[in-house]
Amino acid sequence: MATVELEAHVRDEEGTPVIELVGDIDRNAEEALDTAYSEVEQADSVVLDFTQVSYINSTGIAVIVGLLARARANGQSLTARGLSEHYRRIFEITRLADFMTIEEG
Amino acid sequence: MSTIAQTMKRAIRRSGTTDISLVAEAVAEEPAPPAPATTAIEIAPNDPLVAYLQGAGGAVEVEKLELDSPAVRALREAGIALVVPLVSQGELIGTLNLGPRLSDQQYSTDDKKLLDSLAAQAAPALQVAELVRKQAAEAASRERIDQELRVAQLIQQNFLPRELPDLPGWQVDAYYKPAREVGGDFYDFLELETGEVAVVIGDVTDKGVPAAMVMAAARSVLRASGSRIVSPGDVLERVNDLLVPDIPERMFVTCLYVVVNPSTGHIRFANAGHNLPFARSADGARELRATGMPLGLLPGMRYEEVEATLAPGEALLLYSDGITEAHDPEREMFGTGRLSEDVANDQADLIDGVLTSLQKFTGEGWEQEDDITLVTLRRTAGAAMAGPGDEDLSVSFCIDSRLGNEREAMERVAEAVAQVGLTSEQLDKLKTAVSEAAMNAIEHGNEGRAELSIEIDVTASGGVLTVAISDHGLGGPVGETEIPDLDAKLEGLQRSRGWGLFLIENMVDEVRVSDAEGRHTVELVVNLEGGGADGDR
Repeated sequence: MATVELEAHVRDEEGTPVIELVGDIDRNAEEALDTAYSEVEQADSVVLDFTQVSYINSTGIAVIVGLLARARANGQSLTARGLSEHYRRIFEITRLADFMTIEEG
Repeated sequence: MSTIAQTMKRAIRRSGTTDISLVAEAVAEEPAPPAPATTAIEIAPNDPLVAYLQGAGGAVEVEKLELDSPAVRALREAGIALVVPLVSQGELIGTLNLGPRLSDQQYSTDDKKLLDSLAAQAAPALQVAELVRKQAAEAASRERIDQELRVAQLIQQNFLPRELPDLPGWQVDAYYKPAREVGGDFYDFLELETGEVAVVIGDVTDKGVPAAMVMAAARSVLRASGSRIVSPGDVLERVNDLLVPDIPERMFVTCLYVVVNPSTGHIRFANAGHNLPFARSADGARELRATGMPLGLLPGMRYEEVEATLAPGEALLLYSDGITEAHDPEREMFGTGRLSEDVANDQADLIDGVLTSLQKFTGEGWEQEDDITLVTLRRTAGAAMAGPGDEDLSVSFCIDSRLGNEREAMERVAEAVAQVGLTSEQLDKLKTAVSEAAMNAIEHGNEGRAELSIEIDVTASGGVLTVAISDHGLGGPVGETEIPDLDAKLEGLQRSRGWGLFLIENMVDEVRVSDAEGRHTVELVVNLEGGGADGDR
């Protein structure tokens, strides 16, 4: 039940950087996510892997919006992978899905 | 008595010094003022002179006494020549001490005869006077004790609440009857900033004025701590630490501290060694258990905090051991067993029921042994419309206003609704809505003040699940939901946050917001049985 601070690791997947997210995406996720993103800023496209994320709240969505804004400024495309059905729905409701590719589970 | 002494002095004008000494036993309480120029001579009850004088049958010349006696030495030192025993009913009650005659001659036989007959009359008079004086002293001491009892009662009564709190939807009653020698019972009600009410009952060891003083101190400390601290366990911990350094040795205070949320029936309580309260529901009586050491014994004690909920129609009884430890003529104790039965049998007036049962038990002419205190809280609101069984679910709990606790709220609501049979989609959505609403309550409604609690009530009834989340509304009324515009946010025209209410509204079938009595409440409504208003399911 306690919050799990997010860890974000970057790995390479056939030339495309994948940011593996482990933990909760809330207000505390910003630093880890920004640090990881800084490593991949130059890439054409980036995959955010949510497979090991079980909790996202509105402050976490704000963090993702911030990340999306940076990616757009860099002319990068973002892909979200491993979202649960529930969070995929939330990405749709918030229209995040309009600005990034949602990989089917 | 001084009159008697003066009469004697006049009669024995020829004597240089005259004095009446009373035997020490008789003078112990209040020594007679010594006559001028004489020394009062104390004769210890075990001095051989006592036995000697008792049997002497008349005046005795000190010169001729051959006794190893401190009193005789004292008489000689004081220059006493003649001692006339004052004997009444065979008991030596005093002596008449005379110095040498002014003429320096010996006392004659006539002198002695006169003195003896005087002593024979004076002795009974003196005895009567002594009795009267003793009785007066006893009466004064009884008066002092009565006075002390009155003071103790006064202190006690001054510190008990003058009126009962007016709780909408609740019936609150209290009964307090001190024993003749007042014990240290007390009870109190505190209206908290949170809109909740703290109900306190306690008992100080010992009786009389000391108990009343400690009770007054304990009550003040409880009031001061209760108004600043929300958690009952923390209140008792604080009060204990404040009392320990000041409380007299071998005294302590038992205390039960209950915080009631009048609108939800949710109670939180902690216990410092006091009798466990009884809750009365349709199923009967149950004891609510929480453990902790009495107050004032050891510093640094922690107090377990327990939660429960009183449904409409249910009642809570707090009591002191004056009732459970009352004896019948065969010295059997009333006990918690009988009390539990009385609570279970309760129809309308719990206090009446218990007192009637006590009266039956103790019989006529019982002298109350200890203070008796009873406090009852009965939740009446909605009792008429919501009989037991109408509600499928009713769970209430509180969380502190600490960021991160919204997760706890979310998980606890998820547990609570497990039996309702939500689809996994409904459950996921509800969890997100609860988490968001609780986060708003923590950050906005209670402004992140950890000591303020957030109350969460989960009810399911008639195919509708409602989760009510209420805070103190400190952040002011919340306006219309701002519809977050992702394009604007991405362009930096809108702040990246502001998703909370938007999410909540999209997660449940209905969101109701209300403000009443200093509480801001958000109700999340989910229609069960697939009757959802939005067609996306």
